[in-house]
Amino acid sequence: MNERKSRFSSLSGLDIERVYSPDHLKGWSVEQDLGQPGSFPYTRGIYPNMYRSRLWTMRQFAGFGSADDTNRRFKYLLAQGQTGLSVAFDLPTLMGLDADDPMARGEVGHCGVAISSLADMERLFDGIPLDQVTTSMTINGPAAVLFAMYLAVAEKRGIPFDRLGGTIQNDILKEYIAQKEWLFPPEPHIAIIVDTIAYCAAHVPKWHPISISGYHIREAGSTAVQELAFTLYDGLTYVDAAVKSGLDVDAFAPQLSFFFNVHNDFFEEIAKFRAARRLWAREMEQRYHPKNPRSLQLRCHAQTAGCSLTAQQPMNNVVRTTLQALAAVLGGTQSLHTNSMDETLALPTEEAVTLALRTQQVIASESETVNCVDPLGGSYFVESLTNRLEEGARDYFKRLDQMGGMVAAIEHGFPQREILDASQRYQKEIEHKERPIVGVTDYVEQETRSLPILKIGPEVEQEQVARLSDLRKSRDPFKMAGSLEELQETAACHQNLMPALIEAVKAKATLGEICAALKEVYGTYREPVVL
Amino acid sequence: MAIATTPIRVLIGKVGLDGHDRGVKLVVRALRDAGVEIIYTGLHQTPEQIVTTAIQEDVQAIGLSIHSGAHNSLFPRVLQLLKEQGAEDVTLFGGGIIPDDDVPRLKAAGVQMLFRPATPMHDIVDFVKGLRVER
Repeated sequence: MNERKSRFSSLSGLDIERVYSPDHLKGWSVEQDLGQPGSFPYTRGIYPNMYRSRLWTMRQFAGFGSADDTNRRFKYLLAQGQTGLSVAFDLPTLMGLDADDPMARGEVGHCGVAISSLADMERLFDGIPLDQVTTSMTINGPAAVLFAMYLAVAEKRGIPFDRLGGTIQNDILKEYIAQKEWLFPPEPHIAIIVDTIAYCAAHVPKWHPISISGYHIREAGSTAVQELAFTLYDGLTYVDAAVKSGLDVDAFAPQLSFFFNVHNDFFEEIAKFRAARRLWAREMEQRYHPKNPRSLQLRCHAQTAGCSLTAQQPMNNVVRTTLQALAAVLGGTQSLHTNSMDETLALPTEEAVTLALRTQQVIASESETVNCVDPLGGSYFVESLTNRLEEGARDYFKRLDQMGGMVAAIEHGFPQREILDASQRYQKEIEHKERPIVGVTDYVEQETRSLPILKIGPEVEQEQVARLSDLRKSRDPFKMAGSLEELQETAACHQNLMPALIEAVKAKATLGEICAALKEVYGTYREPVVL
Repeated sequence: MAIATTPIRVLIGKVGLDGHDRGVKLVVRALRDAGVEIIYTGLHQTPEQIVTTAIQEDVQAIGLSIHSGAHNSLFPRVLQLLKEQGAEDVTLFGGGIIPDDDVPRLKAAGVQMLFRPATPMHDIVDFVKGLRVER
């Protein structure tokens, strides 16, 4: 019988054959390429027992409005059985600006929570035991400042830093490539990241000072291969910078973490997680020869693909998210965020985020997919895809090496252009109905079904601006200014910034004031526009 | 026939702090392919910068992409500035994550058209090319 199409391909454009057999795995070996769970090259997972010992952390990204609004959402999510916190900051905070900055008008509290000072951070975590939950913070340009605020909150409460667990995203390379929220040029930005890595290695051993992120690269339109390649190459760039600063690889590499997208192509995504672990272990082994096996292990968080959600027939998003979440679990993720069905329209309502969390809970409790480690290992198809993703990423590694590394490649617009081209191809495939989308290109309904959505009122901005005004009146201006001078001197002398940042936030310097002081030292970044 | 062959000039921009530029860049490519002359501002523009550039470049229309939820503040500010500068004849349109409830208010305020998620690219191209006919 004739096949429905002349060519079958993965979402990323890899040709897919009718059936896979040992012929597709020539040169592949169980010992070298698959191994055992918890052993090199970690294709099957970084732990021997995976979910038989401990399920993944269910961590819903949350943040909107004021610190108090988000604090209530955190407590609600914990009460619903969520096992870790994940903070979404608003755009002014992500850009290192205070809520009363002219550029912040209309943006305060919209994409996440507005945090301008230590006092805001204290209210954000009010009543939440920082030594018992782990907290992930999606913050990059000003990550070190927000981290200093978190540490200062712990210090005030008498919690020793070695009992704090969590993550700051702190990945500036993917900001230049995809997410586009930066403060400084690459060189000082990477130096600050190395400061946070060194500080965590010495003082906050359970903290992940960076979450090297492919999520946003994928959301910007990349293929799975590009996501894998650019993310891991970014990771190697940070390791290289840390080692060059004098750190021993084993002193910090076990604290590195990664963050991937989970898109619609079920098997390709599972293969991506497997290829990522294997490629990272091999590259780290070959380049840095660590003695601690944990330095070779790729730990990761995953989030279902926001860009796969549709505004049309939004309840279909629950089904998409379920399939993506299952792929992340079969791929062996350490933590997971599932998107809510209303997230193409706005930040999620409480009802929508509860359903998204329940999706993970159903997979964990009812599907029995968590019993066997790497259940697809040995599948001719999945192993073949894993190989092809690793090979595709290695091809990019070579090109990036030839360009002189990731910073040079970004300045040339290389990853940006590759992603834009891929995104354009995907867009055309959708418009030509080569990639049908249920409810958008096919099975379209005339009548629209709308969902209730979360609204952020103008009072959020007014109140945050008023709080900042009160803070500025209440503090000791000389102490505050002195702390910023100290910070600038530290930055100019290339000393570790973290202690001076902690002192500055304790002296009630605001996020915007701290970042402005650092911009005077480091300068700002101008994007090479790629079209 | 010189008028008919003059390409329409449009400023396409990202206003505010939003960094989501996947959609806007695809729109720029599609409009260019359709023969529209595009001035792309890049990211993180203030409403003042957008309007100044639009006037300097003598564009017929401004298209703004906003995914950050700040549309209710940013579109009206651009309209206000256009009025203050005597440039009300410049068409303002936009796209991004804009909830149903906000669309009528923004259109009433003077935003000519709002393109929302999953809009076919040719709808945007047709709209922009149609601007020339209206003139």
